[in-house]
Amino acid sequence: MTEAATVHSKRRITNLVMTSLTAICAVFATTVLLIILGFIAYQGISSISWEFLTDTPKPVGEGGGIGNAIVGSAMMTLLAAIIGLPVGIAAGVYLAEFGKNWYGNTIRFIADTLIGVPSIIIGIFIYTVVVMPMGRQSGLAGGLALAIIMIPIVARTTEEMINLVPNSMREGALALGAPQWRVSWNIVLPAAMSGIATGAMLAIARITGETAPLLFTALNSRFYNFYYDQPMSSLTVQIYNFATGPFEVEHAMAWAATLLLVGFILFINIIVRYLTRKKH
Amino acid sequence: MQSKISIKDLDFFYGKEQALFNISLEIPEHEVVAFIGPSGCGKSTFLRTLNRMNDTIPIASVSGQVIIDGKDIYAPGTDVVALRRKVGMVFQKSNPFPKSIFENVAYGIRINGIHSDREDMNRRVEKALRDAALWDEVKDRLTTSAFGLSGGQQQRLCIARALAVQPDVILMDEPASALDPIATQKIEELVVELKKDYTIVIVTHNMQQAARVSDRTAFFMLGKLIEYNPTQKMFTNPDEKLTEDYITGRFG
Amino acid sequence: MAQSSTLGDKVYRTILFVAASSILLIVAAIFYMMVQSSMPTLQRFGIGFLWAREWNPSQELFGALPFIYGTVVSSLLALLIAVPISLGIAVFLVEQAPKKIARPIAFMIELLAAIPSVVYGLWGIFVLAPFIREYLGPVLQDNLGFLPIFQGRLTGIGMLTGGIILAIMITPIVTAVVRDVLEAVPNTQREAALALGATKWETTMIVLGNAASGIAGAVVLGLGRAVGETMAVTMVIGNSPQISASLFEPAYTIASVLAANFADATDEIYLSALIEMALVLFLVTVVINGLAKLLIMSVAGRANASKHT
Repeated sequence: MTEAATVHSKRRITNLVMTSLTAICAVFATTVLLIILGFIAYQGISSISWEFLTDTPKPVGEGGGIGNAIVGSAMMTLLAAIIGLPVGIAAGVYLAEFGKNWYGNTIRFIADTLIGVPSIIIGIFIYTVVVMPMGRQSGLAGGLALAIIMIPIVARTTEEMINLVPNSMREGALALGAPQWRVSWNIVLPAAMSGIATGAMLAIARITGETAPLLFTALNSRFYNFYYDQPMSSLTVQIYNFATGPFEVEHAMAWAATLLLVGFILFINIIVRYLTRKKH
Repeated sequence: MQSKISIKDLDFFYGKEQALFNISLEIPEHEVVAFIGPSGCGKSTFLRTLNRMNDTIPIASVSGQVIIDGKDIYAPGTDVVALRRKVGMVFQKSNPFPKSIFENVAYGIRINGIHSDREDMNRRVEKALRDAALWDEVKDRLTTSAFGLSGGQQQRLCIARALAVQPDVILMDEPASALDPIATQKIEELVVELKKDYTIVIVTHNMQQAARVSDRTAFFMLGKLIEYNPTQKMFTNPDEKLTEDYITGRFG
Repeated sequence: MAQSSTLGDKVYRTILFVAASSILLIVAAIFYMMVQSSMPTLQRFGIGFLWAREWNPSQELFGALPFIYGTVVSSLLALLIAVPISLGIAVFLVEQAPKKIARPIAFMIELLAAIPSVVYGLWGIFVLAPFIREYLGPVLQDNLGFLPIFQGRLTGIGMLTGGIILAIMITPIVTAVVRDVLEAVPNTQREAALALGATKWETTMIVLGNAASGIAGAVVLGLGRAVGETMAVTMVIGNSPQISASLFEPAYTIASVLAANFADATDEIYLSALIEMALVLFLVTVVINGLAKLLIMSVAGRANASKHT
């Protein structure tokens, strides 16, 4: 009887220890997030000024800013979205509407594969097929690299969202004699649109934070550049250059640019969270 | 008659919604008590209050008393783990663990530290499987996966698993509802056999089953206990008009 | 009317087909380009490229081993740290925490995944590296300094820092997948254990047993992420093509040698060597991700199967 009692108390202790440990893991991970965000806010806020947001990088000691990097990031993200969203959404519609066969399965598998490919490899790919033939780095090359990252992500979310549209909606329209493409385009797609839009926002947030595929495609630029055929600066590459350089002034600018970038990305994530939460 | 379980003024709530109303009931030792009633009447909910299985639902709350062997299981400081070892449960759908047949039965013995050595463990597993009338069918493949068994065998394995931890009471929540007639018959025979050693409470939607296996029957409707009587009386000469309507199939 | 509708269907379907096929084309083109561009080194060094130890582009010595070593060790280090923590978080979120607490915590962990790699790199350089140099490193050396892995000079930049940063970065994805597979375990398994008098933790162990192959999938997926992670590692691992027992020493990974050197690689053979390593990285991540997908699907499939019976 006492033996059973010992077994029992041992079990209770194990239970208590292990369940506490899991809670500690959760607290630990959230603490890490708060520490990272805290450092970014604390280090970044002091360097943000109008000049910082609008000026171009200057030689160390003369101030300067990241205005051109903001413009560059925006332009390349825009280009990526213009290419990536239509192609990705169309591919997603294909997978959902016509993709229940071996070809659809192949595309699905390949899309997942592409999502898992390290983004630096996309950068190398664009370097060989765009940069080398053109003879120089450019905003175009950077935007294309980001578009390739975007396409499979958007395709898979679009497919998922369309699959959520109740089949009764589709059947109702087909029963009225509407052709399949009209049903898909005018009924199903609009019904899935809010989900696709939130997916697209997350994809945009994701590519805004990409650095590796821009390193040798868009390169960087010290000036405002509004032309896609020229090397283009971006927030992420600028942060990388500032952070790995030797100057403290530039380190401070790296933190400030990070605050801006992370602020934007978290903003989108929180908005999306808010929008999708209401529906559940 | 000696009461193994006595329930006094039990109310049960899901959040603000009351699911059971003021239920009082005595369950005698070494008898089979059946709970019947239309679906949604609260019979399964009631069964699950007897081993505090409803504790896993965050919004559930209980008032009243459930006294087993003289102790109120809802009294503060009750050891729920020890309670559930004493009050075993078999579920509607067989739910063996993804382990071997042997390990399924051994699991409860092992976590509760009931066995003294390997030899003892083997003996206990064999006894549980014999008591569940499964031993002859599985003795040559104890180390194979439990998922290889038929539905009826899986359910008897779950009964063996529950028996292995030496409970006093076994709660059965529609244990044969997913089984074919032959497997059902085996479970019913087993229930009758087991009552020598255990007190059994069985929820069923099948009135013939209640009539065949139970000593007493409780009829529930809309969360209320309508009638509780010896089974024979219940099915021949019920006190309540509602009971009569139900067992003669006028609704349900 | 009927004809125009079938024509419309045909056009619509063709447009979608082309878009979907573009994904296939892109991946095929990436693969073809990399094989094509790495031909010079493939022909010159053959398969031995993979285990040659010397890396000195100016003398045309190209050995991939230091990078493969760095990638493997930093990724395993990341798994070693991230897997137990992720399991703990997922168990907490699915098995223990009330929904009100679980939701915000789950969201915060998802946010960790939204932070860009370069930001982890920045944080690694200026926060984590000094912390390792000043606090963690000395503590490890004082207590476990007899182990070769903890010997050597403490700069804060090196394999350990890379591994820790990677661990933070893969924790959200591993946690998310483990959460999904735990949620897919039928509740009847929990009830079965509880009804036998199992404690909360013993019940959790039953649930984990049910989810084993899915958890393996989550781990493999995390490995895939760690292997391909580029910027943060490049910024903190020290970028030195050496094979050292010490975790405090600088190292190099395949992804980081690409990030740090690709822009400078002007002559054909150097470029070819880098692209061959990119090809290796590509193939490894494809295999890893495919494996992870199979493992995770096996669990989701079983859960669905039991849902439908």
